[in-house]
Amino acid sequence: MKAAVDVRQISKSFKGLQALKEATLEVRPSEIFGLVGPDGAGKTTLFRILVSLLLPDGGSATILGHDTQKDYKMIRRITGYMPGRFSLYHDLTVSENLSFFASIFGTTVRENYHLIRDIYGPLEPFAHRQAGKLSGGMKQKLALSCALIHNPSLLVLDEPTTGVDAVSRKEFWEMLAVRRAEGITILVSTPYMDEAALCDRVALIQNGRIMGIDHPDGLVKAFPWPLYAVASEMMYPLPGHLKEFHLTRSAYRFGDRIHLALREDDPESVESFLRSKGHTKISLSSCKPGIEDCFMELMVNGQH
Amino acid sequence: MKSFGGFVIKEFNHIFRDRRTMLVLFGIPVAQLLIFGYVVTNEFRNFRIAIFDMSQDEVTRELTGKILSSGYFILDESLTSTDGIDEAFKKGHIKEVVIFGQGFGKRLEKEGLATVQVIADASDANTANLLVNYTNGIIQDFAIRYRPAPAHPPAIRIEERMIYNAELKGVYMFVPGTMALILMLVSAMMTSISIAREKEMGTLEVLLISPLKPYHIIAGKVIPYVVLSFINAVVILLLGFFVFGMPVRGSLALLLSESLLFISLALSLGIFISTLAGTQQVAMFISMFALMLPTLLLSGFIFPVENMPLILQWISALMPPKYFITIIKDIMLKGSGLEFVWEETLILAGMTLLFIFLSVRRFKTRFV
Repeated sequence: MKAAVDVRQISKSFKGLQALKEATLEVRPSEIFGLVGPDGAGKTTLFRILVSLLLPDGGSATILGHDTQKDYKMIRRITGYMPGRFSLYHDLTVSENLSFFASIFGTTVRENYHLIRDIYGPLEPFAHRQAGKLSGGMKQKLALSCALIHNPSLLVLDEPTTGVDAVSRKEFWEMLAVRRAEGITILVSTPYMDEAALCDRVALIQNGRIMGIDHPDGLVKAFPWPLYAVASEMMYPLPGHLKEFHLTRSAYRFGDRIHLALREDDPESVESFLRSKGHTKISLSSCKPGIEDCFMELMVNGQH
Repeated sequence: MKSFGGFVIKEFNHIFRDRRTMLVLFGIPVAQLLIFGYVVTNEFRNFRIAIFDMSQDEVTRELTGKILSSGYFILDESLTSTDGIDEAFKKGHIKEVVIFGQGFGKRLEKEGLATVQVIADASDANTANLLVNYTNGIIQDFAIRYRPAPAHPPAIRIEERMIYNAELKGVYMFVPGTMALILMLVSAMMTSISIAREKEMGTLEVLLISPLKPYHIIAGKVIPYVVLSFINAVVILLLGFFVFGMPVRGSLALLLSESLLFISLALSLGIFISTLAGTQQVAMFISMFALMLPTLLLSGFIFPVENMPLILQWISALMPPKYFITIIKDIMLKGSGLEFVWEETLILAGMTLLFIFLSVRRFKTRFV
């Protein structure tokens, strides 16, 4: 199957700072592809290159077979882009915003209303309210409507759920699933690991490098080490002590536990080691790795 | 106390980190003081005048020499006919004409009384007043010291005439200057701020990747302001005409076309500023300090350019309002046609093209 988005070894630097290092990835048609990584990992830079706002220093990318540099005019017609900050005119009303974005892409709200009915419907009672006075969740819905109004084949969403409440986030992902069912390819970035599980496939990105691409389940299944959730009386020195242990692969705090990956599955020796360090009430239980654990593992891997 | 200290340090950090704030804090006062200090002196020199000497005798030559060696005046042209006077004023190089009547020397000797006519361009009332007073002083001084007078010293009568603005109304200077200032500020500041706002809100990102061309975006931004600024210009002209009695002696169509040209210039400058500024605040600062102060101080609006030190005169030559003020004063007060203001018009048109060119080069379809 031909890739919807094909990114080949894209590099980009800003004033000596390398934002992307030979990033390579493929997005399949009609899938939700997540780009997951911390702030400053290079997500926005990659998206701006894809929507032809930036030129890469090296490498190339195509969207539905169109080169992002040579065919940038075509790219701009077939792509719906939602920048990191919801790009709306705060002094225009909800309906004025939507009509404006429809008109600059050469279409009308009436013509493509069917594309956004489920998203825009709940906003209609507020059609004459200024966009700046909407809640975060409503701004997000309006921005998504504006990005969809010209019937794009690819949606590029840069951290669409940042600064939005939990209920709106959930609704938003449900809307994305509907768009995917309609055949739209969706490329979405997020700093939230829990949202990664909602994507069909995810790429983990760190320091401008793509560190792994797979189904969320695949990533989790590929986690190579035995994983334990550890707690004790003295939580503060616990990660430090665990890192001193010779079998430790990695130890990171996750909520009220420390997730410990071991090179060899030998929990008893961990416990005795911790006791020798003066820990009491040690709880050590095997746990299933999540996306975060995979991310940490890839980061550790990248350092070696 | 410690937390207060921390707060003060934070404020200092804000200021020191922002080079623009530093510039406003320290650069502006220094620049203003220097400009005011130099510009607002009543020191008076090197005004260009013309002399029409019908007598051409020893006395008039001596008096001419006296006037020109005073340091206040430079001879721009020696006229040979009365017709040349109007022409010379309209060309705009000179501010004053001194006319010696026929047989000036002989009359002074025989009758002890001769007449000099001094005509000043009063479209700038203050300058005209000064010019006439200085000329007067030099001539009277000459009369007192005039040697061959036997019994009583000869008298030289001076006939003063103010042309273009006989009543010496300051408003004749004020209306064109205000018009330049308002059009410059409204047009340039508003466009630059509105483009900077798109950058700030992130909407420019979407505009850039839309099928709109960059010149569509720029033109779309500019057209409403052209219309609004033009209405503004018309309102100022109407107010000047009906409230202040400012005449329009030249062609109204030419006046409006020149206003439109100046508005285009201000707008293209505004777009250029917006390509430099990332935020509305910066756009506003640049517009205020790069446009408003120079328009007030260096355009000849308040202080005559001729009085400034050479270096400020050069800077003044770069100020678009200077040319616009000259043009509209000439059209409104002197009734000049395009043949007298084509140079200024050409300069304004050139500046407009330059800024459009620079903006389009900087305003790209991409970020980098």
